[in-house]
Amino acid sequence: MSGLDAALRGIEGIVIGTSAGGVEALSIVLPALPANLRASVFIVIHLPRERSSRLVEIFSRRCALRVREAEDKDVALPGTIYFAPPDYHLLLNRGPQLALSVDEPVNYSRPSIDVLFESAADVYRDKLLGIILTGANADGAEGLYAVHRGGGITVVQRPEDAHSPLMPLSALKRTTADFVLSLDQIAGLLAALDGGSGGSLHLQQKET
Amino acid sequence: MPSPEFDIELQLLIDAIYLKYHYDFRGYSPASLKRRLTAAMNRFGCETLSQLQDRVLHDPMTFPALLDYLTVQVSEMFRDPRYFLSLRENVVPWLRTYPLLKIWVAGCSTGEEVYSLAILLREEGLLERTLIYATDINTHALQKAQAGVYEADRIAGFTENHRKSGAPASLSDYYTAAYDRAVFDKSLRNHIVFSDHSLATDSVFAEVQLVSCRNVLIYFDRALQDRAVGLFHDALCRKGFLGIGSKESLRFSAYADSFDEVSREDRVFRKRDAA
Repeated sequence: MSGLDAALRGIEGIVIGTSAGGVEALSIVLPALPANLRASVFIVIHLPRERSSRLVEIFSRRCALRVREAEDKDVALPGTIYFAPPDYHLLLNRGPQLALSVDEPVNYSRPSIDVLFESAADVYRDKLLGIILTGANADGAEGLYAVHRGGGITVVQRPEDAHSPLMPLSALKRTTADFVLSLDQIAGLLAALDGGSGGSLHLQQKET
Repeated sequence: MPSPEFDIELQLLIDAIYLKYHYDFRGYSPASLKRRLTAAMNRFGCETLSQLQDRVLHDPMTFPALLDYLTVQVSEMFRDPRYFLSLRENVVPWLRTYPLLKIWVAGCSTGEEVYSLAILLREEGLLERTLIYATDINTHALQKAQAGVYEADRIAGFTENHRKSGAPASLSDYYTAAYDRAVFDKSLRNHIVFSDHSLATDSVFAEVQLVSCRNVLIYFDRALQDRAVGLFHDALCRKGFLGIGSKESLRFSAYADSFDEVSREDRVFRKRDAA
């Protein structure tokens, strides 16, 4: 536990992937992020284009952090939440620098969670926290496995609580999750990523 | 996820391709390259990029196949319909004032964007006096573009986009269905010249009134973006127009001050007169 505790304090990047039920889940999770967060946050949510274009507006009101749509070749800033734009993959170059692509959909999805998570794992390695929330397809399972292999911390929403359990279940089938948690517990974990003191975390680790 | 050695191997492979085949990927954004090369490693049964480099250097069949992995973008006709609507509203009236028109579609890949523009120009009564240069570095993609044949199951999406672009007629006026394919009207092609051209290594070849280059710059780093936009700037005649992808920007470009925004939302720009 103390090892994970220390690892959580060293987190510089957070990636979150979700689809069906995702806006509601993010509404519980994202407002918990502390205003002095040192990490950058990158999010892929599968949504129809019209709803997707309103994400920045919706979450700017609810979050203490800056919320932006990811722009190509922007340098990733700490304490900032970036949403992948509709119909573009979001990737990371070293820097970290944001990069967009119109490469073919992955898992029928563009943006794809796998694409974001795999490139983030390459850039952030063990300083990455990957989170898979509710969703109705298997996108993100490979990506979370990449986060795990890179030495990052993996979190999956407890499938029995999820609006759509398929995405969490697929991720759990593919890789080891360091935490399997309810949305409230994930919010608690994120709230503890305080850029200042770094309070102790009281969380149940998944028994494997 | 790539191994820690992958970055070293990537640089070596890109240099090897440049030295042997003169294709220059050195200014490409690494994240997408890495994904594409990882897919290529699987396809060619290579466990490391070094193995792939060996194949690329010593097996003449490998590079052309690898080039498809590195370059081919699947686009759609009238992608982002509002862009084409903006061309109709903001650019076409000015194009009408020219007796002869030249247009450059840079990075045309398999041609969807080129045919979209050709159809738009025909609808606006301008195609007969227009020459479109359609360029790409991938000659295999250019051959597909030249054929103008697309899978029938993509046509419904193309038709919907076309309708939203402010089209006066139906897209079906411009193709004939043959089995599971749609073959686009050959008379469109009479106004298109397909040509091998690299934004990384080649120079300007004509003076044009409009450059359309969408979702190409996002694959480049800032320096190569500057080179490409510099070519567009030099190719454009006085007051010429430039269209780029909906998530691309000239904001941080060395040429940011050389263009005016015509439609910010639709990414249509106009060359500014030199001060």
